[in-house]
Amino acid sequence: MTREDDKDMASEPTTTPAVIAENVGKVFPGKKGAQVTALEDIDLTVARGEFVSLIGPSGCGKSTLMRLIADLDQPTSGSLSVFGKSAKQARLDQEYGIAFQQAGLLPWRTVRRNIELPLELHKVGKAERAKRSKELLSLVGLTDFGDNFPDQLSGGMQQRVAIARSLAESPNLLLMDEPFGALDEMTREHMQGELAHICAETNAAVVFVTHSIPEAVFLSHRVVVLSPRPGRIRAIVDVGLGTSSERTDHLRESETFFAAVSEVREHLHGSPDAVPMGVDNR
Amino acid sequence: MTETATRQFDAVPATRAKGAAASKSGRAVAWRRWILGALGIVFVGVAWEVYKLVGPEKGFTVGELILLPRTNDLSMPHIATMFERLSEPLTGASNSIFMWQAVVEASEFSLYVAAVGWIIGVSVGLLLALVMQRFRTAQSAVLPWIILSQTVPLIAIAPLVRRWGAQIQFGDFVWENWMSVALIASYLAFFPVSIGALKGLNSPDTNHVELFRSFGVGWWKTLVKLRIPASVPYLMPALQLAAANAVIGTIVAEVSIGLKGGIGRMVIEFAGAAGGDPGKPWAPIFGAVAIGLIAAGVVAVLGLFVRRYRRGETNA
Repeated sequence: MTREDDKDMASEPTTTPAVIAENVGKVFPGKKGAQVTALEDIDLTVARGEFVSLIGPSGCGKSTLMRLIADLDQPTSGSLSVFGKSAKQARLDQEYGIAFQQAGLLPWRTVRRNIELPLELHKVGKAERAKRSKELLSLVGLTDFGDNFPDQLSGGMQQRVAIARSLAESPNLLLMDEPFGALDEMTREHMQGELAHICAETNAAVVFVTHSIPEAVFLSHRVVVLSPRPGRIRAIVDVGLGTSSERTDHLRESETFFAAVSEVREHLHGSPDAVPMGVDNR
Repeated sequence: MTETATRQFDAVPATRAKGAAASKSGRAVAWRRWILGALGIVFVGVAWEVYKLVGPEKGFTVGELILLPRTNDLSMPHIATMFERLSEPLTGASNSIFMWQAVVEASEFSLYVAAVGWIIGVSVGLLLALVMQRFRTAQSAVLPWIILSQTVPLIAIAPLVRRWGAQIQFGDFVWENWMSVALIASYLAFFPVSIGALKGLNSPDTNHVELFRSFGVGWWKTLVKLRIPASVPYLMPALQLAAANAVIGTIVAEVSIGLKGGIGRMVIEFAGAAGGDPGKPWAPIFGAVAIGLIAAGVVAVLGLFVRRYRRGETNA
């Protein structure tokens, strides 16, 4: 593939990174004046085309961080930019596509019309919509199911539709909040392979929230380990398994894979004092 | 496995077969419902006739208290008598129209008034729901009043509406009594619509609402593409309730206001005839039942056009 070289993040020094978070913090107002600090001192840079996973125990703020990037919530401190813009502007400019744990398809629309939804909302012409949805249906392997309704599809297929929908406007950034969390293990591994394949084709940067270590390692260039209460970055693990296109099932058996899994696990379970806090200096 | 095979390994074709089987059994269920419904009507008729046959002629009373109603022909006419009366002339006059013609005419009139009331009520109900969905403060301010409005007895407001209406006059427009009746019908009809539509408009979960937010679209597009389609399963029963309410409101208001020409007035007029003509009071009652059935039926037919939006109901 010719785009292979672009994917190497180091080879694009002139372009702005996909996400820059500096000193980002988020405090939720609690009951009776009590405050809940969800995130504190988050410094993170996601390069173009880079796959970054956020992992940590429940309540560590990994979903919150993704929601801040998506401008579904606003940080209470620090600064956040997405492709050099404010998070809000990036949202309005449709710089990112998003997928949640629940597929969130509209039950009254066919699979095809669900995928076309964002295009329709942004007044893309009918012919172009049809062309795009056809491409995406084949990308996620659902060519024969375009005219089915979501309730006629299995959970894994619904999630693929949701991913196709998030890709509809060819965003340079994908935000995914445990998209495979509700799937069984077999479907899940299969979908991970699919996602790696899709990422290789679309060359989008991905911020991926998960609490599965193997999932994070298999998919990511870097895994960001968060610690809870308050949510801080405890470590950032460079996985070094190569580009997304090289991520196939045999990788799960490799030494590098196991090494990275152990490293992430140590950071997750190790005491906060033993492991120095990782700061992203890129 | 080949690429395509792996890609589609969780594509279960069985879901399609299951869908077909479900719709087939669905049709059987629909038939059974019709048959059971018809049996229910037959059962009521049989129970009526059987009691008339075996019950005491003069009823059974303890002091003033009636424990069993009288079964004589004046109190409980045969069902056949009721229908026979429909096919006979309205009055003894030689140029009299048939009873059923009179009932149909009165029913048409009342149905028309009820339909006007329904349309006004549905419009107002939808509008209120929209405003309440849009502005949280409006919901807190308006919702209690909507609920309170239904606790006011209809016969209390009927004379008021009539008196206020009589003072309305601009240009050639003159407020007529049937408009008062329609207004009162709408007063009953708007309630289920406003409550049902509000619940429906608020039914999309956070997931969907945030998805639309991520698309960067505003309230209006979210309303049109998400909230309104999602409200259909809540709206259809509300519209049906509104239709039933509009019919009841019309009949009761016709009586309270004293509007001539409708089925409500006919019920009152004919009730007095029970002494000499036991089948007569039943004629307008059948008319009222027919209006109710037609109103509910029309809304059910409307529902067929939006069936696609009700998919979520059976398959969540």
